[in-house]
Order: sequence, then structure tokens, then C-alpha cells
Amino acid sequence: MIELWYQFIDRCLPFDWAHYVFMKNALLAVLVITPVYALLGTMVVSNRMVFFTDVLGHSALAGVAIGVMCGIGDPTWPMIIMAVTLAVAVNIFKRLTQAPMDTILGVFMAFMVALGIALLSRQGGFAKYTVYLIGDILAVTPSQITWLMAIFVAVFGYWYTAGNALILTSVNSSLAHSRRIKTFFVETSFTIILAIVVMISIKLVGVLIINSLLVLPAAASRHFARSMRSYTVWAIVFSVISGVAGLVASYYWGTASGATIVLFSVGCYLISALVSHFLSAVRKE
Amino acid sequence: MPSQDNTQQNILLEGDACQHCCIKINDLGVCLDRHIILEGINLHVHCGDVLAVVGPNGAGKTTLLRAILGEVPYEGNMVSLIGGVERRRPRIGYVPQKLQFDPDSPVSVADLVGAAISSKPVWLGISKKLRDKIKTILGVFSADHLMDRHIGALSGGELQRVLLAIAMTAKPELLLLDEPGTGVDVRGQSLFYELVRGLKKQHHISVIMVTHDLVGIESFVDRVVVMDRTIIAEGTPREVFADERVLRVFEGDPQAALLEKRAA
Repeated sequence: MIELWYQFIDRCLPFDWAHYVFMKNALLAVLVITPVYALLGTMVVSNRMVFFTDVLGHSALAGVAIGVMCGIGDPTWPMIIMAVTLAVAVNIFKRLTQAPMDTILGVFMAFMVALGIALLSRQGGFAKYTVYLIGDILAVTPSQITWLMAIFVAVFGYWYTAGNALILTSVNSSLAHSRRIKTFFVETSFTIILAIVVMISIKLVGVLIINSLLVLPAAASRHFARSMRSYTVWAIVFSVISGVAGLVASYYWGTASGATIVLFSVGCYLISALVSHFLSAVRKE
Repeated sequence: MPSQDNTQQNILLEGDACQHCCIKINDLGVCLDRHIILEGINLHVHCGDVLAVVGPNGAGKTTLLRAILGEVPYEGNMVSLIGGVERRRPRIGYVPQKLQFDPDSPVSVADLVGAAISSKPVWLGISKKLRDKIKTILGVFSADHLMDRHIGALSGGELQRVLLAIAMTAKPELLLLDEPGTGVDVRGQSLFYELVRGLKKQHHISVIMVTHDLVGIESFVDRVVVMDRTIIAEGTPREVFADERVLRVFEGDPQAALLEKRAA
């Protein structure tokens, strides 16, 4: 299957960067995963979960450390288990108390990061784990891409079935409840999916920037979205464009791909802020 | 009630006209974190009646709403009697308070109504057919011109009418209004009360309205319950607002002073 993709690129993209197999793989991975980020990001921003996803991303360090301690070569599973547990715990906690969530999340993040760094830095060995901080999308393998595709299908399927329930719950959870929506189930399933996607992405883009990739496209789209449809579509457009542009630019600039993608996302955010400001000024006149 | 033709009404309610229906809430109690928040709440609302639940801040009004909605665990029970048949958990239409919305949400009015009434995901777009249906539903509440506005851009009164339209699509037996006076100007408020008055008569709905307002609701409500963790007084607005115990509960509230002045 992947051969077909290589042939397609060779045929259609006669550029310097497109000669390399690692770039072909990375491009496919970006095209598959960025729409997923955009979709999840729309709800993360609407539900004011930006800090929560950041904490989720950072908890990966503790997951990696526990994986290494247990002698598991690929720490993806410990990371996912860790993050899903965290997501469910936070959701339950949120229902039980009125305590300010950001403080609790802050404490939790400190604990996760410190635990991860402490365990991984024993005998001065942290350097070899920096890949988890900044990620390496150029190292993505065809089998990982297959996983990403499965995630793409799962997330879009989930969005298709649960989209309306997510919107109502996000607007007002009591209103959703009165429509017989199981709000706890909706919120929990969403955070679990979020946790899984974030953890799978850590190796690709790293702990430090995964949150930006989720949040920025939706935040940019929010500047001029007039409906849920345009909100979603523009988030996907921004996400894919900055993903591809960032990847290609990182090839020429010799920079880390994930960070370069984020720079393009920030660019989208600023441009959309300016454009929407300009448009509303014109409309007023 | 603004003028409307029959087809419009049928979309909302295929006339479950009833003669003997009511909602009963028996001995409801809520205990959170080992604190008793509500106890011994008995409410009885005949269909076509509006019951106002008033009380000072922290009296447990919001908790009562959430218990009725089934969002918090509670003791006691809730039944609806329809034509002599008893049912647990009545169908509820809920009109939330304005304040709890995110002001810069990209959700449009059509999105909100569509998400509530349709199983097709609105983020993929709203079909022509669904759009027409939404327009009809909103039209009954003179809110069809708001379809493409953001929910955050609506005035208090406009949003309230949209939420009432959504609540009515559930064909409720019980309509729950959460602080309908808050954030709504006087004109919007009287229009809203007028709409609810029309609905409860035509469709035989029981209405429970939780509010902090004491003044200005007399003409709209049939009975008033004053609560502060438990029920303190109950009766017609005239009886209740003349009750000394009630005035004591609202001590320090400028509204109470107003009532007192009127009584004297």
C-alpha cells in the first residue's frame, strides 16, 4: 500500500525533498494526523481544556519513565494507560468537587514531569530521551502510519456519531442532560480519545508542542467561524496547511519538524486574527 | 402567543391533551459531601400551572434543578400523573440560565437547535430539510430571524426564546425555567412570560420556575414555594409574600423591602 503512495509522490511531486523515503513517510503521517488534531482541537478550545491537554501531554514523561523501569522497549502502552487513567480521574474529580481545576492540574503536571525526569535522569541518562520532548516525525515508519490511519478512521467515526452530543454538552451540560444525553459518558469518552491521540503523537511531535498542534488550528478558526461547520472546516484547513508547510520548510531549514509546524500554525493564528479584525472593521463602516 | 398556523404547532407537540395530569415531587433530598443541601422538598404542580421556587442565594435552588434533571443523586421520587397513569421521571424541557454560555462560541443558533433535534452531525453542515424544520420551530417563538447568529451574540431575551424553542421540541410534561429574569430586559421578559403562558395552556405543561426575583412574577405564577434548604412557605403569590417568615428569609434583600412596603 505504501508503495502506491511512494509512486504517487514520485509522479506528482518532483521536488528535492520528495525524493527521500523518510519525507514521503512523514508527509503521509502529517496528512493523516493533522485533520485529527484539528477535530479534537475544536472541542478542546470550546470546552476550555487547553491546559488539561497540556498536562496530558506532559504526563507522557512519567509514562515513558514507568515503561523504561518495567523494561518495556516501546513505552507507548504505559503512556496510554497512564494518560487514560489521568483523563478519567480528572473527569470524575471535576464532578465531585468545586475546587479550582487549574491548581489541581498544575500540581498534577508538576508531579508527572518531575517523576518522569527524576526516573529517566538516573545515572545522567536523560539525553537519550529528548526525542520524547521534541519528537521526530521524520522517523515515522509505515507500520506507525497504519496506526495513525486507524486513529483517523476512529476519531472521524466518533465525531460523526457523537458530534451533536459533544456540542450540546459543551454549550451547557444541564441542557444536554435534559435531552437525555449521557454527559459523563460523552465527556469521558472524549477525554479518553484525546489521551490516546496525544500519547500516540508524542513520538512524532514531542511533549513540548503537541498541545500547540491541537489548540492553534481551532483557535485560528474561531476568529471568523460562523457555524460549527466553518469552525471545523477551517480548523482542518489550517492544521493541514501548517502541517505540510512546516514539514517542507523544516527540510530546507534543517530545523525540527514539529516545532516548524507549530511556527506555521502560529502564523495562521496571527493572520486569521488580523483578517477577522480587518473584516469586522470593514463591516462596521 | 404570536399568531401561528396549525402545522407549526404540530411539529412541536402532537397534542397530548390531558385532563388530569400533574407532576409530583415527593420528599426530595440531596446530600453532597456529607452536607445536607436539600431535604423534605415536596412539590406538586398541576398541568397548566406555573410554580415559582424562590429563595435566597445558597438556598439550594440550583441543586433542586439539577436533582430534577437527574444530574445529582437524590432521595425521594418524582412522578408524572397523566390521565391517571403514573410514570417515573417525566419528560423535561429545560431552559437554562443565560449566564452559563461561552460568549465567543462559534456555535450558531441553527447549530444548537440542529444538534438538539437531529442525529445528523451538524459540524458536517445542515441540510436544507433540517434548516427548514429549524426555521419552523424557531418561528413559533419569533426567533427564526436569529438562525445564523452566534449563540453568544444574542441578547438575553433572544437566547431565552431559542432555548425555550429547543425545550419545547422535547414535548415536555414539565418545563423547567432557570432564573428566566436574569439578564433579560423588561420587554424581553414579558414576551417570554407571555410565550410560556400560551404554551402551558395549549399543551398542558406543568412549569417549575426557579428564580431569585420576588417582584414582578405575581401575575405570571400560580403558586410560589419559598425554600431555604427545605420548604418554608407555600401558597399563592399574594399569601406568600405577605408571610412574615418569608420576609425574614429574604432579610437584607432589597426586593424584600419592596414587598414589605407594598404590603404596608
